[in-house]
Amino acid sequence: MAGSTVVSIGLTVNGKAVSADVDPRMLLVELLRTRLGLTGTHVGCDTAQCGACTVHVNGQAVKACTILAAQVQGTAVTTIEGLAAADGAMHPMQAAFKECHGLQCGFCTPGMVMSAIDLVGRHPKASEQTIREQLAGNFCRCTGYHNIVKAVKQGAAAMGQ
Amino acid sequence: MGASDQSVIGQSVRRKEDYRFLTGAGHYTADVYPQHHTHAYFLRSPHAHAKIGKIDTAKAKAATGVLAVFTGADLTGVNGLPCGWLITGSDGKPMNEPPHPVLAQGKVRYVGDPVALVVAETPNQAKDAAELIEVDYEVLPAVVNCVAALKAGAAQIHEQAPGNKCYTWALGDKAAVDAAFAKAAHVTRLDIVNNRLIPNAIEPRAAVATYSRADDSYELYVANQNPHVERLLMGAFVLGLPEHKLRVIAPDVGGGFGSKIFLYAEETAMVWASKKVNRPIKWTAERSESFLTDAHGRDHVTRAELALDGDGKFLAMRVHTVANLGAYLSTFAPSVPTILYATLLAGQYTTPVIYAEVTGTFTNTAPVDAYRGAGRPEATYVVERLVHQAAVDTGIAQDEIRRRNFIRTFPYQTPVALCYDTGNYDQTLDEAMTIADVAGFPARKAEARKRGKLRGIGYSSYIEACGLAPSNIAGALGARAGLYEAGEVRVNPTGSVTVFTGSHSHGQGHETTFAQIVAARLGMPIENVDVVHGDTGRVPFGMGTYGSRSLAVGGSAIVKALDKIVAKGKKIAAHLLEAAEADIEFEDGKFTVAGTDKSKTFGEIALTAYVPHNYPLDKLEPGLDETAFYDPTNFTYPAGTHICEVEVDPETGVVEVVNFSACDDFGNIINPMIVEGQVHGGLAQGIGQALLERCVYDEESGQLLTGSYMDYAMPRADDLPSFKVGTKVTPCTHNPLGAKGCGEAGAIGSPPALMNAVHDALATVGVKYLDMPASPHRVWQAIQAAQKA
Repeated sequence: MAGSTVVSIGLTVNGKAVSADVDPRMLLVELLRTRLGLTGTHVGCDTAQCGACTVHVNGQAVKACTILAAQVQGTAVTTIEGLAAADGAMHPMQAAFKECHGLQCGFCTPGMVMSAIDLVGRHPKASEQTIREQLAGNFCRCTGYHNIVKAVKQGAAAMGQ
Repeated sequence: MGASDQSVIGQSVRRKEDYRFLTGAGHYTADVYPQHHTHAYFLRSPHAHAKIGKIDTAKAKAATGVLAVFTGADLTGVNGLPCGWLITGSDGKPMNEPPHPVLAQGKVRYVGDPVALVVAETPNQAKDAAELIEVDYEVLPAVVNCVAALKAGAAQIHEQAPGNKCYTWALGDKAAVDAAFAKAAHVTRLDIVNNRLIPNAIEPRAAVATYSRADDSYELYVANQNPHVERLLMGAFVLGLPEHKLRVIAPDVGGGFGSKIFLYAEETAMVWASKKVNRPIKWTAERSESFLTDAHGRDHVTRAELALDGDGKFLAMRVHTVANLGAYLSTFAPSVPTILYATLLAGQYTTPVIYAEVTGTFTNTAPVDAYRGAGRPEATYVVERLVHQAAVDTGIAQDEIRRRNFIRTFPYQTPVALCYDTGNYDQTLDEAMTIADVAGFPARKAEARKRGKLRGIGYSSYIEACGLAPSNIAGALGARAGLYEAGEVRVNPTGSVTVFTGSHSHGQGHETTFAQIVAARLGMPIENVDVVHGDTGRVPFGMGTYGSRSLAVGGSAIVKALDKIVAKGKKIAAHLLEAAEADIEFEDGKFTVAGTDKSKTFGEIALTAYVPHNYPLDKLEPGLDETAFYDPTNFTYPAGTHICEVEVDPETGVVEVVNFSACDDFGNIINPMIVEGQVHGGLAQGIGQALLERCVYDEESGQLLTGSYMDYAMPRADDLPSFKVGTKVTPCTHNPLGAKGCGEAGAIGSPPALMNAVHDALATVGVKYLDMPASPHRVWQAIQAAQKA
């Protein structure tokens, strides 16, 4: 492209309209963290394995380190910061993670919660085995997944009500 | 604990810290973006072992956005990274302690060894510029295996360590052990490899270093488990900076597991460079850098022997271990395969004499240091694999052989230096067997057989030593630091409390557990208590969090500070109530004159302390703010039994953990939910070691072959079962909370339980010995080999 070193994009992030001129090689996760100050989306690896950067793009879970900022033009992005209600009340999945002690250091947690909500959308009545298989794209080194699985079950039940 | 409102102790209070983590408001080091910050990138050695000739940085310095490029030659006046533990060898000489330069000096010794630091306006500019640095390497032969490193003709890594030896160290009465073996009815022998692991906290290491010309001071945000230790080592030993000019902040930290205890080269170089460029410098490790350069764990090669009499009583144990320490001595590396390993070889048993000899070696690999359990998983693996094999050899049942040898009288002096204060090993074994439904195992095994699966059961009765202490004994054993903890309880004028602890929470939930302790003692809701940690600018000098010490040591410091608060409160109350101090009782948040209804609330006392209008100013200072340092008199000794049940598919070699049960004795428990969570996490790491994880370097080139999540098998949700855990309590006898520690137990007890189960399953097809991890490939090969034999 003749001399074009920036790409202009427009999207909504957590319901707010955002526009930005970005380097063509900027990743979505960099846009969120460095331009928009949404540091709840974390980077834990460089091979799209750990899932700490998981966000929703048009309602689907996406690893924000595997998609360019330029690719989310015109989409609606939701991050962990966008889940709670306006008064601060947590989303049922967030509440279930707290209730079930589904987090320890908190670093994988945002990605884990975003993945969990996505999986419940696809499998509203998921069994333990399905939950475990569906969460295989998100690493947690603290919890041994035991309480995360419990939390996803409880969160799924609460979301269904 | 003193008597007060105890209702919040032992409750699974939901964590105070969770809201911020769950809403994206956690504040980790990588989330710190100071104004006008720059970015660091480290050029690393692509070779395992090489001499460095010329380094040409001219092109890199001229590249767009680059502020500076530094190599080892630039770091004048900067010392090497210090080692915090001196081991004295069995020859009476101090260990060989070669220099550990911040940036390579003349030689590189492992793939990933930092060679140059590039500081630029953006991360990509720094990275691009690093590619322009020309380094002349003269590649040397490399050695990565710790046994190979000791052989004649092996590549020599340090001039100061002939034969690549750091030390040979021994513990125990060799002559007595040899004599016991000579008269033994039976001897069980095993050759054991304890596989090398890469810790892999999900938050990569990160740092942000800022220098201020205004007051010639430095501020370092760093993903670290013990900011005061970091400050002391970096300031006093490497950079020559006094503590009051260097503030170290370890904010929210995304997991540590030991790997963030240590002082690393990166943050040290950045603090130094921040003054040179006079701009804040930010760095976050890429995951591939974490694999290459975070201190690794384990990596032992051991010959272990257990002597038994005709009744299955253990007579003696003899252990020879070669431990891989990596290319340089990381902060606490020498202590891990010695002081934290050989001292645990008695396990839960009355083995009267034990001799252990350990050789620590240098290799062309990343430094090896403490990883969850640190020496104790290695010891437990040796003991519990030996006990399992001895039971097989002698035909005694697995639970019975353990019972025949359990320690039952306390305190118990082991032959390997430790003195256990308390425990009840029958109780945890019994309970674990109940949880695991051992009685139903034969039926489950038979049913599995019908499906073509081999089902096995394995036991591990472990002990661990937590809260390394006391300082004077540890000092005599080579520790170059104290091992106490500090806590400050600051009562605010209207009665709320801020606690400043030297412990550090990176997932352990101290903000909740410590608040429960304070709330219980002072009789207030836990919402009135906030816990501050991880900032040398705010909290008293502390030793941080490692070795499952925070509750037993850090919590005890808080209890001591609370005692002082209550004692002072009684003086103030005595004055207000016109009573003798000795007659004042404190309970449920009230100071009362004994036997009367005259009382003052804690809040009234707090206010009086800060608004001292009616106050004994001639005898007592105003204010209600107390600090205590607690130096334990002994280790604590958590113990328990883990029982694992596996099913092996003989066609594919796949091992499935179908049942994992644990009964642990952690002493008194403040928050059962958090304790269970710690056990789950430890089990996952232990099962990871036994089933999946293995760090592999190429033996020829020294390249790390397991350098990403594509190659290193981290446990995923679908690799693990749900766990069945229970607890029994014998309170620790020597700290005020009666607490022992729970952070590492899961990782200590579980690997031998799993491997013993695998061996039990494979015994029916003739497999005798298998090293961790029991990967499908290895298991299948072992089955094939056994069938051919």
